[in-house]
Amino acid sequence: MFKEMHDLFQWAWLIPALPFLSFLLIAFVTKRSKGLSSTVSILAILSSLGMAIAIAYSVIRAGAEIVEHPAIVTVNWLNIGGLTIDFGTIIDPLSAMMLFVVTLVASMVQIYSLGYMHGDKGWSRYYAYQSLFASAMLGMVLATNLLQLFIFWELVGLCSYLLIGFWYFKVSAREAAKKAFMTTRVGDFGLLLGMLFLYSKFGTLDFVALSAAMSTSLQDIAVVGTAGYITVMAFLVFMGPVGKSGQFPLHVWLPDAMEGPTPVSALIHAATMVVAGVYLVARMYFLFDFASPEALQFIAGLGAFTAIFAASIAVVQNDIKRILAYSTLSQLGYMMFALGVGSFSGSMFHLMTHAFFKALMFLGAGSVILALHHKQNIWDMGGLWKKMPITGWTFFIGILAISGMPPFAGFFSKDEILANALQNGHPIIYAVGLFTAFLTAFYMCRLFFVVFMGPEKPENHPHESPWSMTIPLIILAFFSVVGGWVALPGHYNFAFFVHYGELHHVAIDWFLAGISVIAGLLGIGLAYAIYVKNVISAESIVARFPGVYKLLKNGYYVDDLYLWIIHHIMGGMGKILYWFDINIVDGIVNGIALTTRGSGKLLRRTSTGQVQMYAMVFFFAVVVIFMVFAFGEGQLSALNPLATLGGVK
Amino acid sequence: MSLLNNFSNLSVGLTSYLLVGAMLFCLGLYGVFAKKNMIAILMSIELMLNAVNINFIAFNRFIWNQKVDIHYVLTGHVAALFIIIVAACEVAVGLALIISVYRNRKSTNVDEFNWLKW
Repeated sequence: MFKEMHDLFQWAWLIPALPFLSFLLIAFVTKRSKGLSSTVSILAILSSLGMAIAIAYSVIRAGAEIVEHPAIVTVNWLNIGGLTIDFGTIIDPLSAMMLFVVTLVASMVQIYSLGYMHGDKGWSRYYAYQSLFASAMLGMVLATNLLQLFIFWELVGLCSYLLIGFWYFKVSAREAAKKAFMTTRVGDFGLLLGMLFLYSKFGTLDFVALSAAMSTSLQDIAVVGTAGYITVMAFLVFMGPVGKSGQFPLHVWLPDAMEGPTPVSALIHAATMVVAGVYLVARMYFLFDFASPEALQFIAGLGAFTAIFAASIAVVQNDIKRILAYSTLSQLGYMMFALGVGSFSGSMFHLMTHAFFKALMFLGAGSVILALHHKQNIWDMGGLWKKMPITGWTFFIGILAISGMPPFAGFFSKDEILANALQNGHPIIYAVGLFTAFLTAFYMCRLFFVVFMGPEKPENHPHESPWSMTIPLIILAFFSVVGGWVALPGHYNFAFFVHYGELHHVAIDWFLAGISVIAGLLGIGLAYAIYVKNVISAESIVARFPGVYKLLKNGYYVDDLYLWIIHHIMGGMGKILYWFDINIVDGIVNGIALTTRGSGKLLRRTSTGQVQMYAMVFFFAVVVIFMVFAFGEGQLSALNPLATLGGVK
Repeated sequence: MSLLNNFSNLSVGLTSYLLVGAMLFCLGLYGVFAKKNMIAILMSIELMLNAVNINFIAFNRFIWNQKVDIHYVLTGHVAALFIIIVAACEVAVGLALIISVYRNRKSTNVDEFNWLKW
């Protein structure tokens, strides 16, 4: 059976290749025809989805065999000196899960876009970018080595840039695209350095080889140098995920990225691309867990901080998409700290469930935004429950899932992470996670109650979105409900396939789960009390803590801090360098030019135009040369062409 | 000393011819440098060319004087003949130029023709 399965895995490269082919087709052939472009794109991604399902099925059938021995297919791509770079595909439960999630969400988003992008002038361009993104993301998931991963990593960054700035005629969209590109570039720089460092020490970038090399040579000081080296490597590699997955200092691009079309936000900035960083940490987990526990501690701390930091900002935002964006940041922090506390399965599990329910909520938000003609402030909405039943119900499922209510998907993943945090001895991180869960439930229900329950606004005439938009919502809602059930206790559950190191069965700790559910219920109840029953007035809370409110409203002034740094510190340095350039560098260049011109001015006086003068100079020069040749041969033979000729002979 | 010896012996050797050639050349040179009239300069150039001719003939006579089969080698003579021909051509061209310049400028004074300067 393994044989047939292997045949199937050999064709895994088709999964990214098909969307790429569709990108080329749209870009060069069908771009004039809108219908054809979207058809090509959707057919390609659906084929990839089919293959991803087939592969996931084979992986599940293969059971323990594939867990121990990932199916790797490579072709040689590059040989420079000692550096050998392969391109290939790696199939293990982790990549199979990612393939399924990415193709599923991408298919749903592309179908959804049929409705959402209806009538847009850039239709074909949109689908071309979507295909390119899908291709790059899938290629990244299948990468067998760091360089291949990095190439696709940058490609998804490019697609993100293109799609955030899709409505390039809007200044804000252009600015947001640039901001996203540059901010992630900061992290990518670290990742690149980390790659070079790893290569210089271990001589390979292949994941499997790197893992093996690390386990054998870690005691060998000559190879690794001091123990600190490997921690530096781990930190450098981790900078990439910090940028891509919006962890604390580099999170600023994600809320602004909401300038892109909403389906793009759902696909790239919620479900797939932003989890690429988490995926990279998971792929390189041996580097963090086994080689550098300090780095793992740091990841846990940073992730937990990002989780609560972003959640607290989300509480006071008014733009529906920005709330979801901060929520995404918070959940990414969750996944990161899950990796940090050693909950590998939990993190990947949360990655999967989060992709389902966050994509669902973004698409639901898109449905609302479209129905209200591009209003995004939640206080302009209200009473949509009756007008948009499908959007409302599916959104409600998303809310319950992210709030961690059983039996929805988020309950299982969040509970596993929190339980692992406590069991692995991180009580502070557990507490932060629990409080974040409470905040998450609160701000999500605030969003839901205000948008769907609040009083109807007479100026709005909402109506339910077309089937192309509601069907993806229903499918994603389905997965948001059942997605968590794969981790139900049993032998062949999620953690059996996706785990790191020793397999240990973790039963659901119903006591801890109960605490999480209570925290979520508290959040929901508080939101209900404030925004539906008006028992507690939001305004009075704001009035009591105006400083805190302002701080949160402005996202802890991180953006302003960066602006200040750029204006004052970078600007000041720029001024100094500008002065240096103008006065020193240009001074040297201009000085040379001035000297040349001045000496020319002086020397031209010697050209009198008197032919006899020239003749005299000519004659005496000949005399001098003759004298040199005749009498000075010994000393000046270098000037004698005949002598040099002789020397050559 | 050898120069004096040559004179005292009253034998006319190579040195005597070369001396004449050198004096003639220097006279021509002086003319080229100092004369203001173009025609005079042209004539001075002729003097210099003739100084060269004398050297050629003298060298041929005193140094290269040998027979191949039954003929004398006449390389120096041939070179001198060439120079005479070239000088004739040069004078023709030079005079033509001078006349042309004179027609334009009503002058043959080289000091007035410094248009080549910057």
